[in-house]
Amino acid sequence: MSAGVRGWARDLWLGVRLSVTGGPSAWIRTSLTTVGIALGVTTLLLAASVPQVVKGGAEREDARSIFGNSVEERGDDTLLARGEGTEYHGVRISGMELQPDAGERTTAEPPPGLSAFPGPGEMVVSPALDRLLDSPEGELLAERMDMRRVGVIGDEGLVGSQELYFYAGVDDMPEQGALRIDGFGQSSDDGELHPALLLLILVIAVVLLMPVPILITTAARFGGERRDRRLAALRLVGADSGMTRRIAAGESLVGALLGVVAGGLLFLAVRPPLARISVDETSTFVEDIIPSPTLALIVLLAVPLLAVGTTLFAMRSIVVEPLGVVRQSRERPRRLLWRLVPGLLGAGLLALMLGGDFSGSGIAIVQAATGVMLLLVALTALLPWLVERVTGRLRGGPASWQLATRRLQLSSGPAVRAVSGIMVAVAGATALYMLFDGVRAENSVQTHADLERAQGDAHAGTTDRESIDRAVGEIEEIPDVETVLHYVESFGTLWRKGTEGPSQETANIVVADCSTLVELAHMESCAEGEVYFAPQDGDVTASVPEPGDVVAVGASAEEMADARGLWTVPEMREVEPRDSPNGLPVRGLLMTPEALDGLWPAEGSVAILMRADFDDRDTLELVRNAMADLPEGDASTLVSERISSQLVTIQTWMVIGASGVLALIGCSMLITTLEQLRERKRLLAALVAVGARRTTLGCSVLWQTAVPVVLGIALASAVGLLLGAMLMSLVRISPDGWLAFLPMAGAGAGVIALVTLGSFPLLWRLMRPDGLRTE
Amino acid sequence: MSISHTLLGLLEGGPRHGYDLKRTFDVHFGQDRPLHYGQVYATMSRLLKNGLVEVDGVETGGGPERKRYAITDAGVTDVEQWLARPEKPEPYLQSVLYHKVVLALLTDRSADDLLDTQRAEHLRLMRELTRRKIAGDLADQLVCDHALFHLEADLRWLELTAARLDRLASEVRS
Amino acid sequence: MTTVSPPALLTAERLRKTYGATPALDGAGFAIAAGEVVAIMGPSGSGKSTLLHCLAGIVPPDEGQIRYRDRDMLTLTDAERSTLRREEFGFVFQFGQLVPELTCLENVALPLRLSGRRRGPAEAKAGELLARLEVEDLAGKRPGEVSGGQGQRVAVARSLVNGPRLLFADEPTGALDSLNGERVMTLLVAAARESGTAVVLVTHETRVAAYSDREVVVRDGRVRDLAGAL
Repeated sequence: MSAGVRGWARDLWLGVRLSVTGGPSAWIRTSLTTVGIALGVTTLLLAASVPQVVKGGAEREDARSIFGNSVEERGDDTLLARGEGTEYHGVRISGMELQPDAGERTTAEPPPGLSAFPGPGEMVVSPALDRLLDSPEGELLAERMDMRRVGVIGDEGLVGSQELYFYAGVDDMPEQGALRIDGFGQSSDDGELHPALLLLILVIAVVLLMPVPILITTAARFGGERRDRRLAALRLVGADSGMTRRIAAGESLVGALLGVVAGGLLFLAVRPPLARISVDETSTFVEDIIPSPTLALIVLLAVPLLAVGTTLFAMRSIVVEPLGVVRQSRERPRRLLWRLVPGLLGAGLLALMLGGDFSGSGIAIVQAATGVMLLLVALTALLPWLVERVTGRLRGGPASWQLATRRLQLSSGPAVRAVSGIMVAVAGATALYMLFDGVRAENSVQTHADLERAQGDAHAGTTDRESIDRAVGEIEEIPDVETVLHYVESFGTLWRKGTEGPSQETANIVVADCSTLVELAHMESCAEGEVYFAPQDGDVTASVPEPGDVVAVGASAEEMADARGLWTVPEMREVEPRDSPNGLPVRGLLMTPEALDGLWPAEGSVAILMRADFDDRDTLELVRNAMADLPEGDASTLVSERISSQLVTIQTWMVIGASGVLALIGCSMLITTLEQLRERKRLLAALVAVGARRTTLGCSVLWQTAVPVVLGIALASAVGLLLGAMLMSLVRISPDGWLAFLPMAGAGAGVIALVTLGSFPLLWRLMRPDGLRTE
Repeated sequence: MSISHTLLGLLEGGPRHGYDLKRTFDVHFGQDRPLHYGQVYATMSRLLKNGLVEVDGVETGGGPERKRYAITDAGVTDVEQWLARPEKPEPYLQSVLYHKVVLALLTDRSADDLLDTQRAEHLRLMRELTRRKIAGDLADQLVCDHALFHLEADLRWLELTAARLDRLASEVRS
Repeated sequence: MTTVSPPALLTAERLRKTYGATPALDGAGFAIAAGEVVAIMGPSGSGKSTLLHCLAGIVPPDEGQIRYRDRDMLTLTDAERSTLRREEFGFVFQFGQLVPELTCLENVALPLRLSGRRRGPAEAKAGELLARLEVEDLAGKRPGEVSGGQGQRVAVARSLVNGPRLLFADEPTGALDSLNGERVMTLLVAAARESGTAVVLVTHETRVAAYSDREVVVRDGRVRDLAGAL
């Protein structure tokens, strides 16, 4: 028995030595395997860290929450809190205004990450915001957030390292709209994810992780043919088949273990930069990027086992004889039937769900994930059959085509194996791309904004004429702003003529000068003092006032009783309504200030429309700064369609990631091709002697790569589109975007080019007549 | 006969006594059959008569008197012609060819030239045999093949010998 | 050197070719007439194969002149020489010249296909050649499934399929036993004579060289014409 163990150890060790000392080709093979497995391990470790990343962020967010802590009575340990925020250069900056009831004497606990409450006019900011405010890039923001910075929020008070967050101290917070609390933090409640989003995450997980084991198994077989020949040489000197198997296992173990180590190191190396990245205003801390111990252990054990297992499995179908490698007898033609089973099962599982809603329940998730996985597995099962069938039927064509197809017919194994790795990535990416397109279209709102008439829009929750005029004046000073229009929107309780008291009805009031009014309604002429009426279609919340009715302009119903601020509706001219340039409908009573008889709406909002050039992104920030003093003042540029930028980002990254997988597999195909060419040195030289042109032989290499890749990508695209359409139907988005396969198909073409062009230098070299020399 | 040419050739290296000649001959060619001194004496007499050698001097010492022979110009020409003339290709030629190769090497002549000449002669015959073989019936083929293989073997042996003697030659000459 | 010879098909003069520091050819000359079978002999490393490669336009010599019919081979472009080899020359090597994936028939048809001939006619012609070499029953087999001697006969069939004027055979029997070697040589020479193809036969075996009309010996990069020697 001990001899058996010793034998095992000796064989494994021999394999290890062969992989290290086998010359440059063995090194290249081992390092390719290492790189492949390392990438796989890194991805898996990152995936295993996701739970902690999500959990850590959520916990800290909960810890600073003000909800669930509200109290009625004010006391020494209570405070008023109100969410605040702004946007700067397209990034959201959130924060909280705090006002302890007992002022400096307060006994309330400050929020996490703060040692004390900021006093009035002071603020405490997150490190990222601190850096932004100090940078030249944040100059305009510093103007807006001009409170004294008295500290930096500690990590425990932030969701992520790059979060832009602040706490500001105030002493004039109105109780209305604020929350009185006696502490921070709430017990977490599981927020319900939107089913579509859940499905997205699910598919991403499956699609991103599925190629990893395939990549690992492919990587474990890099350069396998040469290894088989080496093993044959070992058999010639007396190794039995068991020994060769163990030696092969030892050899692949080296790549696998090196890959695990390199993957671990790579994981450690990417943590800090990952923590510094902020995607869609979300970031994390290095400390949170920690794989769950169980998952990490599984990864570290499973990957080497998978690699060695693949090697042994691959060797099952070949017999290493002392004089060479024999593929097991004549392979039977591949059967279609069982290869269809996983695909049909997968499609069936997804189809069953098509009728109902995707509820996001446990069973539905498992069903969807299983379906997606089965469909992707089906791809790898179908491809060998497809390649065999298609190449088996290829006849005729030029000599280069014949050379390539015959080679594929005789042994399509290595090519197909390499392509299988590509397929899952391509199919998954195509499906996701399509789904994203759909979700994006769904989430992209038609704003109806008319960019011809205005390019920017600002608003604030005030009707105060003085501050509005000041803000408008400041905006007009901004260099890139051409013209500024503004109107005040308000509403007033309606007291019908001849009735006893105010009704429950209200009337919309829009006040602006004539130059603005013509933008808000189709009117032939506009005169100061005139009142116009734009009827609202189908809007039941606002009533149609009649001349003689009384409207409480800027007065509540109680004040109406005091007969203050009452305004009688005069004769009106009905006008056809027209959407404001910002896309919002303007309805109701339209008038110039003169028509109000000296009255002015007390409640309401102001909208400011700008014709301006916002190419300089600081222009918008200048407008925001002008609006900063107004309550809820903010500004934005007008867009005809609001698309969700994070989806674009994810889509881009997905294509980049999938292309990375393609590139890696392209490299392995290139290695195989180069090895094959080197083996045929003599034959190539003989063909050149016979008069074969470079182009003929070059084309033959091209076809040899292109045929399986094109077939693979075509199949993968078809399955990807099918999968995408099914997923979209699941979340009730009408399937569209049938061209979603184009980016990945393009990447596939890139792989073909890479392999072909990469093999040309060697091909040209081998085509020199030196190959004919017998030495 | 080849012994006379061989002895003549050996004299090209310098004048020698009859006994000396016998010893040198035995070193190179006498492995199975050493030369009788009487044979040397008879051959030398004949060569003297034909003017191919001359007596370079006579030594009188303790023993019998000894004549020293030297090669004449006519002798050198005779050796040269003999070496350049291909032997009629026939089986079992090796002793003659061997003598020729060794002598060529010993006398600083080109063994390659000798070989090429002989090869051409052999090939002439081999081509003829090959033609006969292709045209003939099975019996012809077998007969021709027998001859062909022998001729080929002769040539190969000769080439091998020449290659090996190259080193010997340099040793002998030094 | 006053041998009267028929007009030469291919002549080469003063060829010089050096690989690295080793001179492979050092002033070699050669001539072959139409329909003639000439053997090039010589010890290994003497430059026989290099001479053949130069004559066939596979390797350009460093110096010298090669004329094929009225053309100066050295002024032809690489593409022109490839075309010449495809259309006027044939090649047989010692081993490793058949494409393992193609059937024997397809291998024989390959030179025609490389010249752009259509599959049908090319394979019909290839079938004829296989029959001439008495291996027509191998048509559907792959090179890996036939014996060495059979493979060489397929290679000879391939070298003759395009009706070449000049066939270059580099140790065509080098990997065969004598009986198979004799078969291949008999068939090769017979087929070449039948179609009037001249043959340049590189060999180190005298028995193989005996199939030629004439032989030259390459020694130290120079050619000696045995017929003309002395």
